[in-house]
Parts: sequence; C-alpha cells; structure tokens
Amino acid sequence: MSTDSIRVRVSGIEQVSPLIREFTLEAIDGEFLAFSPGSHVVVEMPAEPRPHRNAYSLLSDPRDSGCYRIAVRLQEQSRGGSVYMHESVKVGDELTITPPANLFAPNWNAGKHLLLAGGVGITPFMAYLPELKRRGADFELHYLYRGSSTGAYREQLKAELGEQCFLYDSEAGERCALGELLAEQPRGTHVYICGPEELIAGVREVTEELGWPASHVHFEAFAAPQPGNPFEVELSRSGRTVKVDGETTLLEALEDAEVDVPHLCRGGVCGQCVTRVLSGDIEHRDEFLSAAEREQGDCIMPCVSRASGKRLVIDL
Amino acid sequence: MRMAPKPIQSFRDDFTYSNSPGAVARFPFPFPEDEYMYSVNIEPHVTPGPEGSVYEHLLDIDEHYLSEMHERDLVLKENPKRCLAMPHMDLACWDMIDRVMHCFSEDYPEHFKLTKAGDQWSWENKLLNINDSFTFGDSSTLPLPPMEYIGRQVQGDFALLDQRDGDLFMDAGIVTCPADWSLAFDAGMGFKEWHGPVPMAHEMGIFDRALKYLCAIPLGRPVRRLNWTLTVNARMDTSPETYPSWGSDRASVTPENVGEKVHLRVELQVLDRMSRSNALMFSIRTYLISLEDLVTNPEWAKRMHRVMKGLPEQLIEYKGLTRFHPLVVEWLSKYDPAN
Repeated sequence: MSTDSIRVRVSGIEQVSPLIREFTLEAIDGEFLAFSPGSHVVVEMPAEPRPHRNAYSLLSDPRDSGCYRIAVRLQEQSRGGSVYMHESVKVGDELTITPPANLFAPNWNAGKHLLLAGGVGITPFMAYLPELKRRGADFELHYLYRGSSTGAYREQLKAELGEQCFLYDSEAGERCALGELLAEQPRGTHVYICGPEELIAGVREVTEELGWPASHVHFEAFAAPQPGNPFEVELSRSGRTVKVDGETTLLEALEDAEVDVPHLCRGGVCGQCVTRVLSGDIEHRDEFLSAAEREQGDCIMPCVSRASGKRLVIDL
Repeated sequence: MRMAPKPIQSFRDDFTYSNSPGAVARFPFPFPEDEYMYSVNIEPHVTPGPEGSVYEHLLDIDEHYLSEMHERDLVLKENPKRCLAMPHMDLACWDMIDRVMHCFSEDYPEHFKLTKAGDQWSWENKLLNINDSFTFGDSSTLPLPPMEYIGRQVQGDFALLDQRDGDLFMDAGIVTCPADWSLAFDAGMGFKEWHGPVPMAHEMGIFDRALKYLCAIPLGRPVRRLNWTLTVNARMDTSPETYPSWGSDRASVTPENVGEKVHLRVELQVLDRMSRSNALMFSIRTYLISLEDLVTNPEWAKRMHRVMKGLPEQLIEYKGLTRFHPLVVEWLSKYDPAN
C-alpha cells in the first residue's frame, strides 16, 4: 500500500450544492496518471484514532492529468469520512490517495449510453461526458436530485448538453418514469446507474422485466462497511488473536494490529483483499465472490464481510 | 556491456538466428521443478528486476531486436491482417504508445528518446532510424495506424484486451510470432473462448480464477507468467496462417539433428493495466534457444530431460510435439545422470 499511495495537496474547495463539496487535488511528487472514465480513488484522511479511507469517483476530464477532482456529499449516517472532508480539510492540506482504479467503465461498443445519476452519483458521469463527446457517442443523461441538498453541476450540465440532459428535482415533484424511459430505448443501449441503492434496484427490476441482457446494465455497487457483532480472529501463521469490535471492519482491525493486507476499494468490489479462511462461519457482504465461492466458505473479503459467529481463523 | 542489438539474422529459410553466450545465460528457463503441470503461475512483474535479466525492465530488448523487427516487417508484408485494431481501441493503442515510449526512453536511453511539450511528442528510435513528431491522441498525425506504428518497434507480440462485462476481449494487437494461434481468429473473442483449445485447465477451474485475477489488475502493478513449447528450427512465425510452410518441419527431426533443430520456445507474458482506456496490455515476448545451447547449462539439461519425459500425453498432443517428442527425450537422456 505505502509504495502505491500518492501524496496530494488540496488546491481548491468549492461548495457545489448545499450538501456537496468539491475538492481539487494536485500531485505533490511528479504528475498524476491519466485515468479512464468511471475511475475512483480511495482518499486517506489522517483522523484519530485511525485514518478514514473512502472511495470517491474522479469527476475531472480523464485526459487532463493536471489535477484530480472529487465531490463529497455530507452523509448524516457517516462513519466519519465525509464529515472529516467537510469540516476538517482546508485548502493547502495534504492527503494521500490510491492510484485510480476502475470498476465502472463505459462499454464503448454500446449503440447508445443512458446515464442515470442520483444525487452525488453524478460524479463518475462528469468524467464520462468529455470522453463520450470526443468519441461522438450517442448518449443521454438523466439526473435525479433534491434541490435543497444535492443537484451539483446541474446548470452547467444543462447548458453544455442541452436536450441530452434531463433534470428531475424530486422536491419540485419532478419524477423520472423509469419504466417508460427504459422501454423506449433502442436495442443495443447500455444503461449506467450511479446513485442510491433504491435507484439501482429500480432500474435492475425494470430492465429485467423488459428482457435487457445483464451485460447492458452497469452500476457501481460499493458497499459502505456496516457495523455488526464483535468477534475474534486468529492469525494462523503467527498464532496471534485480534479482536474486531462491532463498529470496526476486519480489515481495519488487521491494519490496527499492523497486519498488511493488500486492498484497493474497501467496498467489497475490487477483490484485492481476499483472504483465506481456515475455520469459522462467514457473513459475506461483498459483491466480489461468486455464489459458489461463498458456498465453499474458505474466503472472506475483510473490507466489508465479518464472522457470523464468535471466531474466525484466517491464513495470515 | 548490456545486450547490444546484433546485425539482422533470419528466422526463416536459412535460419541464421543464434544466441550469444550472454543471451544463453539470461534465457528465461521456465521449469522450476522436474515435473511440469499447469498452474496459475502468475506473479507480480516488479521492476527493476535483477540487472541484465529478462525481468529487469517492463519490456525487454535484447540482441535480437533488429532481427525481430525485420522478421515482423516480412510477416506484415505477406499478411497485413496480422495487425488489427477495432475502432473502439484507438485510445488503448495510444495508451500502449505512451507506455512503450516512456519505458523504452527511460530503460534504454542510449537507443530511444522521447521529448514532450504538452500533446506535442517527438520520438527518436536510433536503432531503426525513426524520428517522428506527432500530436498525442491524434492518429492522423502518425505515419501508420497507432498499433502498427508502435508494434513495429517492440520485440514480441502484443494484444490489447478490452475489459467489459467481467471478461477480456482481444480487440487489438500485432501478432507475427505466435506459437500456433491467430489474432484474426481470436479477435473479438472473450477470455474463455480463446483459451478453448487448452486441455485439462478448464476442468481445473483455472480460467475462472485467472480471469477474475486479471480483471482486477490495478494500474501500475503489472503481472507476468511464462509459457513454453518446442519449435522445430528457429522459426518465430509459427502461425496457423502459415502452417503449410512450417508444419512439415516436424518430420525433419532426426536423432542426428535434434540438438540443433529443436528449440525451446519460451514466452514471457506480461499484463499491464492501461490508464486512459482501462484496457490490459498483453505482451508476449518470445525467446528461442536450441537444445544444443540449452544443455550447456547442466542443471537445465537434467531438468529438461525429466520434464519432457514426464509430460502428459494430452499436453504432448496439444503442443504439437507428438512427432518428435520421443527423439527429444532420447537425446536429452544422456545429460541426466539419473539415467
């Protein structure tokens, strides 16, 4: 991890909606890499007693590696990361980020790209749009938000995209009729959803009813780690035992104990932190392992998953 | 002294290709044990690797550079379809140009030089007398399509794999020295499809695991593996397209000429994530060594005999060795003290 982390300086902060703040990041050593649309970085914030690490989509033009921009929505039910970004981070502060990784890339063979954003879920599409335009691709953006809290960039988007941009302010009673919208799409359309779980679930349900192939429905299913019951984990190679309390993830507990586990997304998606389990029952909460792999019960994704009993023995 | 490129030798007709003692010493001998079996033998390609080894840099250049670039030119003239790039892969091709030019100019500054001013790039390849200026990302400013332009300057075959729907698709590449596979045939296929002919590994679940692993390769953390076969004569282009011109070579092996004719062919395969396109660059760098040269290393000679002797019948057939495999085992046996 340490060799992969990139030191950045916050060079600009802008309130882009009542609850969303945009941060501009500049590389301290050398240059940033260009990135692909849909990429995210994990931002590490130096909080006590343990750093916060949250994944945020890059929203700048992917071909411009002069700076990276991210946007953070203040989350009421936060584990602390978004509150830290909003209240503690100032212009000039240093943070560290991981290199960009992409779990939400456009499929360039799509006949048409239908982008569905909910609230702060607009961010990955901010990076899609310049590339879609460069390629002359057929696309539409449908953007659902609450006027008093989210809806960042909507005026700019409407001005730039004109009739390709559809805005829905739920507080003004504007509703996006998903069923109709999806039913009228030409064959070969790919739909991309970034937003709350209900929006993702809604689109998946409608597309399934309409008989869309699953390969044409894209969403980023980061699972923010949820609390659970405390448990103990035994490390088979050293014989050590580490306690995991209810509010801490297994990955965090291992990091606190200075046990190195490779990881990237910290949201149960990327697969980097997969760890072998020698005994104990697992409560799988990730999106990475297949049903068959879960069934086998010999692997865990410690960033989000937990023991379902009191104890796990893992191969570390 | 590093491996300096030698004057052009041939990989066809009179087969003047030869390895210097230095090239023999750095040959990537692929067998860690006396018994060979498939495994997902993928490991991080951490650079710089050991100095002077084939693992030192992301992309290895050696004394055969000019010969291989000449051979590539011959193959492309015979069959331009050995190089292709689907339209959606244009950006991935530029990612590859970026990666190759940065690596070559940093790793081999005596041969290559890259100068950048914003999007205006100048590239000098002193080995091939190339000196071009172009606008990065604008394919109309290159003298050739981007894949062919850069492909004609790198040793080994290259494919760019588009990642979508949890699968990898071979949608661009330049393949002129394949071990009996065809880019034109595999183009557009998914990972399990193009591995269809490989025996045993499907049942072992190897491809499911490998695909998941490859799709998760992050930026800046390339991985590598070795693959191998045997080739009669120092022929780089053993492709299905040209089978009529090399298939019959297999019948030309005799007890007298085994050591000189049969070559161990090793592919150093590297997979590296591309930053702008999220494609994987798959480089297949081929090394050829005659058995005669190989047995100058007694450890390799002994192990080579044991691996060949214990090779499962399905693999002998899949790798196309049936015709001359017994001759190879017999010839190698005199280098194995256990016999």
